[in-house]
Amino acid sequence: MKLHADVPESRVIEVLEEFQGPLYQRPPVRSAVKRQLRTRTIYYIDYHEMQDRLVLFRVGCEAGTYIRKLCYDIGEVLGSGAQMQELRRTRVGPFVEDKTLVNMHDLSYLFDQYKQTQDETIIRNFVYPMEKAFEYMPKIIVRDSAVDALCHGAHLTAPGVVAVNSGIQIGDPVAVFTQKGEVVALSKSFVSSEKMLEMDHGFVARTQRVFMPRGIYPKMWHSVE
Amino acid sequence: MRRINQPWQINRSLEVKAEEQTNPRYGTKPENRPIKDHLRFGIINLDKPAGPSSHEVTAWVKRILGIPRAGHGGTLEAIN
Repeated sequence: MKLHADVPESRVIEVLEEFQGPLYQRPPVRSAVKRQLRTRTIYYIDYHEMQDRLVLFRVGCEAGTYIRKLCYDIGEVLGSGAQMQELRRTRVGPFVEDKTLVNMHDLSYLFDQYKQTQDETIIRNFVYPMEKAFEYMPKIIVRDSAVDALCHGAHLTAPGVVAVNSGIQIGDPVAVFTQKGEVVALSKSFVSSEKMLEMDHGFVARTQRVFMPRGIYPKMWHSVE
Repeated sequence: MRRINQPWQINRSLEVKAEEQTNPRYGTKPENRPIKDHLRFGIINLDKPAGPSSHEVTAWVKRILGIPRAGHGGTLEAIN
């Protein structure tokens, strides 16, 4: 962040701390979404350092937070005005800047190594199964017999459920998994975790996005004709 | 410094509703997927160079890995 006037460090730290928590934001003029006021949560702002008018900090925020806007708003509160100078994403859910992070050079080199040696472990070292993306999502585990129906877009019903994560509320996004740990679909829960465990019939989750191709698990339902 | 609980920090227990076996004839554990399927359903944590757009980089990755389909998630607003 670049300040438009000199501000003492102590004041900057104070204001950064103030910005943690829920925040109103109106998407900027040039944005991909509808420009209406919405709330986003700033989980934390970690101040790192300051050099003259340049301030370096790390923000943990909800998806859809405009950091450019955040910098501008911080500048308003400081009274100096400020703008975003540079931005780097250091984390998206389970994906962080660690040994899993590869750049384009690594990618092209590693894939070339694989082509020459046919050693699959090279690929498995930088390409991760899609299931990794769902690491932090609440899960519902379903029977083999329910899988293909879900792959065809059916909504999940109570008899298909084998196990559920605790703490799911009505309307929460949930990941539906097989007992082998494969992701089937992304759904929206119709009921809470407790209710899912009690129910013996009825809809449990609305299927929204299917990841598993049809026909991997056997078709176990009967059509009318 | 005050910390707000982040969504990924929620501890969830797994509550079992029914004891059930899975048939080994169908599906595979994600880590045992054949390499072709692994690439088709894989995710790369890529450090995108500043400059080229996500869209362009996706196209390059597709070409490097010789795969028919690829997409990306997580977009930052362009600094321009």
